[in-house]
Amino acid sequence: MIENLNPTMVNWARAQFALTAMYHWIFVPLTLGITWIIAFYHTIYVKTGSEEWKNLTRFWMKLFAINFAIGVATGIIMEFEFGTNWSNYSWMVGDIFGAPLAIEGIAAFFLEATFFAVMFFGWDRVSKRFHLFSTWMVAIGSNLSAVWILVANAWMQHPVGQAFNPDTARFEMHNFSDVVFNPIAVSKFTHTTSAAMLFAALFIISISSFYLLKGRHIKMAKRSIVVAAVLGLLASGFVGFTGDEAAYEAARQQPMKLAAFEGLYQGKKNAGLVAFGMINSGKEVGDDQDPFHFEIRVPGLLSMLANRKFGSFVPGINDLVYGNAEYGIMGANEKMAKGKIAIAQLDAYKKLKRAGDETGAAAALSIFNNNKDYLGYGFLTRPEEAVPPVGLSFNAFHIMVVLGTIFPLVFLAFLYFSYKDTLVEQKWLLGGGTIMFFLGLAAHQAGWVVAEVGRQPWAIQDLLPVTVARSNLTTGTVQTTFFMFLILFTILLIAEVSIMLKQISIGPEEN
Amino acid sequence: MIAPMIEKQSSRTFAGRVCGFYINGFRRMTVGKTLWKVIIIKLIIMFGVLKLFFFQDFLGTRFSTDQQRADYVLEQITAPVQVQAALQQGGGL
Repeated sequence: MIENLNPTMVNWARAQFALTAMYHWIFVPLTLGITWIIAFYHTIYVKTGSEEWKNLTRFWMKLFAINFAIGVATGIIMEFEFGTNWSNYSWMVGDIFGAPLAIEGIAAFFLEATFFAVMFFGWDRVSKRFHLFSTWMVAIGSNLSAVWILVANAWMQHPVGQAFNPDTARFEMHNFSDVVFNPIAVSKFTHTTSAAMLFAALFIISISSFYLLKGRHIKMAKRSIVVAAVLGLLASGFVGFTGDEAAYEAARQQPMKLAAFEGLYQGKKNAGLVAFGMINSGKEVGDDQDPFHFEIRVPGLLSMLANRKFGSFVPGINDLVYGNAEYGIMGANEKMAKGKIAIAQLDAYKKLKRAGDETGAAAALSIFNNNKDYLGYGFLTRPEEAVPPVGLSFNAFHIMVVLGTIFPLVFLAFLYFSYKDTLVEQKWLLGGGTIMFFLGLAAHQAGWVVAEVGRQPWAIQDLLPVTVARSNLTTGTVQTTFFMFLILFTILLIAEVSIMLKQISIGPEEN
Repeated sequence: MIAPMIEKQSSRTFAGRVCGFYINGFRRMTVGKTLWKVIIIKLIIMFGVLKLFFFQDFLGTRFSTDQQRADYVLEQITAPVQVQAALQQGGGL
């Protein structure tokens, strides 16, 4: 059956997954982030008893509900895809993903059935304190439910706490705590949730700026901006801090990803971080071309980011592909040899066990275990296949970082003019503010690309490439469902945008 | 848990008050009604059409036992020679 494998099918399946995940990723960060900001608005209302703050809170809750309703269940499609397009992968990780995803599902159900309902239906019907408690629980619960999906994703990037069972062909969980407290999971969760709050702050600033430009709901818009800008500014600092942590962890666990998103082909000491540059898309691993048409580097900063030490060595793509004896780096070519031994011994183990040769099977298993950490490399045909798309990774990373640097300045500007009480007069800032939501969305999507494209070719880091994770389907089958999703998602997006625009046009209830 | 917090509107039982809370909440919805329609249509398309006709479980529909599924996946991952040949034929990724 495997001889029917078609790499075009793999690419269509990847494109379909990217389409689904990136569509899902429009709604999720806004849901995660705006719940916190709404909780703050609601708290101010309960503290002050002001009807204006109540109307403001209800307005943002309504927009949150629209976003939530359109986004809900779009993630389920990814689970469909796992079972259909990625059946080998799905089978192999079932034991690891079962627990976190089940916890997420149960937590989400109870959260949505209780606190969501109280938050939306509870105005004047439950005590103010319990209502506020429910709003905070929605914020906490939504973000906690994100923990589990990020734990699952982090495991794919750094598969800890597991052991491969050669009889069932499954990675089995051996240490739940290692899986949950995987350093990649911790940095992913903190970075994702803080970036979500930043994004939600930009969403609020965009709509509020629009109102101020139109001269509508001025008091409500100004109040919304002040709280959102303060929280957005705090979130920006946290995003920078956790982003640094994420890069540090990538340097430990996924050095190829770090090298790719910095376009670093040749490893060096005191490596500089590219502040601005245009990558040479014609550059191939191992050739003599310059990786950049031009670039401006901050000396030593990449070494600091990767190792927390100026002057330290950061391996480049060439070091990781061909090895670097001076720094004790094993190349992909050497790992491929070990991976092929692992596959051959797994095959031998399976056949010897079926033949009843327990001694031979045990010997084969022992050799497999000595080489199993490189299992995935055994499926590569050339060491250069271990390199992710460098241009895409580099551009996505730098778009994310540049936008992430601009956002706190925007929040500061809004706060400054709010303090001066001249915000309404700053048409240039309000004009810029209206597009901030789209820039935030671009930064978020770029972040997804950095995380997921940067780890290619792996479905599970070092253990399973995407080419082996797939199902044996025809390209036409996957193409059909790709276009069905494209149409469905476009319709849903149009539905959301029109419902959202209608509510924005109506605005908050006025006293 | 919710019961003591809900304002006493009547002498109904706990279950009655909770049900009333939800029923009244749904009745009072404005935008929510449109959103529920979107959610229901979406779920029908996802589960009634996509899942049923286009996204069947690849291993689940082809094999009846976990042992068969495990054997199949093992065959898939221990046949790198065939994988490589197929990849080279198709021009790589």
